[in-house]
Amino acid sequence: MGDFRMPSLGADMEEGTLLEWLVKPGDTVHRGDIVAVVDTAKSAVEVECFDDGVIDALLVDPGQVVPVGAVLARLEGSAAATGPTSAGLPVVSPVTPIAPSPLVRHRAHELGIDLAAVRGTGADGVLHRRDIEELARPAPTRPRVSPLARRLAEANGINLGTVSGTGAGGAIRADDVRKAMAAPAMAAPAIGQATGPTMSGLDADQRATAMRNSIAALMSRSKREIPHYYLSTTVDLQRTSDWMRERNRELPVGERLVPSAALLLAAARAAREVPELNGHWVDGAFRPAADVDLGLILSLRSGGLLVPVLAAADTLDISQVMALMRDLTRRARAGRLRGSELSQPSISVSNLGDQGVESVIGVIYPPQVALIGFGAVIPRPWAVDGLLGIRPLVTVTLAADHRATDAAIGARLLKTIDRILQTPEET
Amino acid sequence: MTPDQARAMLETTLREIVPDADLSTLAPGADLRSTFELDSLDFVELVDKLSTRAGFRIEEDDADGLRSVEAVTAFLVTRSAHVGQQA
Repeated sequence: MGDFRMPSLGADMEEGTLLEWLVKPGDTVHRGDIVAVVDTAKSAVEVECFDDGVIDALLVDPGQVVPVGAVLARLEGSAAATGPTSAGLPVVSPVTPIAPSPLVRHRAHELGIDLAAVRGTGADGVLHRRDIEELARPAPTRPRVSPLARRLAEANGINLGTVSGTGAGGAIRADDVRKAMAAPAMAAPAIGQATGPTMSGLDADQRATAMRNSIAALMSRSKREIPHYYLSTTVDLQRTSDWMRERNRELPVGERLVPSAALLLAAARAAREVPELNGHWVDGAFRPAADVDLGLILSLRSGGLLVPVLAAADTLDISQVMALMRDLTRRARAGRLRGSELSQPSISVSNLGDQGVESVIGVIYPPQVALIGFGAVIPRPWAVDGLLGIRPLVTVTLAADHRATDAAIGARLLKTIDRILQTPEET
Repeated sequence: MTPDQARAMLETTLREIVPDADLSTLAPGADLRSTFELDSLDFVELVDKLSTRAGFRIEEDDADGLRSVEAVTAFLVTRSAHVGQQA
């Protein structure tokens, strides 16, 4: 018998809210199956099981907040060692006092209904299954939300589930969000996130505050504990650009590569070649990581960040990196990341190219020991073979933990990134 | 393709990514990417959809120049005439 525990979904996570069970006692589960949805301060996350077995008992109800490591469910027939019993299970406090029942949530999940947009007919507005089923006829399609509307909503803490769209097919337009911003606060508690069928235990304001607090705590710890050193270099991307242009002629238009994919891959491969920067500082010593699990720092424009992981990124080819990047970015914005995608990276990358800044000098995510930053790719004058030319240049920076390495090692990483970007045909 | 048709095609396509995109109030030379906050992934999608709708492949060299309503309209009109002659 083994346990399914609250996973750690990021270095700064101390507790999580169980939002929803996707399994019930008696169900057979396999390693990698998504069994629950958990809300961290930052996002709703689909959590996978780490063992094979049969669900014996679910020990935590939706809405409960439990610390990382707490047992959520007992598994039978799993290989894991017998864990502590449920008796000592710490339960902090319920976050949503009138959360819909698991059945209702599950049904809504199946039907793709956003619970935030549903008014319950039960006492105190509690949702019943019939409320959900009513909505399912005809089967609802999630309304499209324009990127502008989405960003406006994020920036102003508007729950899109409470916004009615006036665009074609019910699409939510920026004007709809502006109207919602002008309207008085909704009477119904915001319990959902309109961007996906998974639900949030926190409303937009609470989430923004929790995310801010969590970033504040982690970054303060980083600056308090980690003696950072910083290096920077300018890389000529002409060869990579030319090579990508060539590749893009053969690729379907929708699968074209963008420079960010080449930069991420170069960072991952360089981390493989300089293992002193790929790992974690734990208990006063550096522990190298076995794989290069590259953390991709994504800005959500609401002031928050998510860091999904490209596992074993150095083993991927550029098309795979491109596809993963597109997929992770889309799902991070929609709050549909999986637990394994939020595991601890071995090194992280901040890519602010689309924001148009020249360089980003990062703050390391402890217990990692390095952060690579890429600025915008900008055509600039550059000396080539003794002549002045216009080349696409990017500023690459490194913030590294001086306890783990000295600048000579850091310099090697940046030089390796440069070398990889000068030989794109080898990727 | 006439300039009006090209402009309508851009607007239809843009609305698949940005549902409330309205070109009527937009200056002909205004930057599409910054106006509609398209990141590099959104822009790849726009060019992909435009290419499908126009019925000819838009190469990356040309896509780089599709920065404004004016530029897109001129490109579509010229290129469709060119494709028409070849056919």
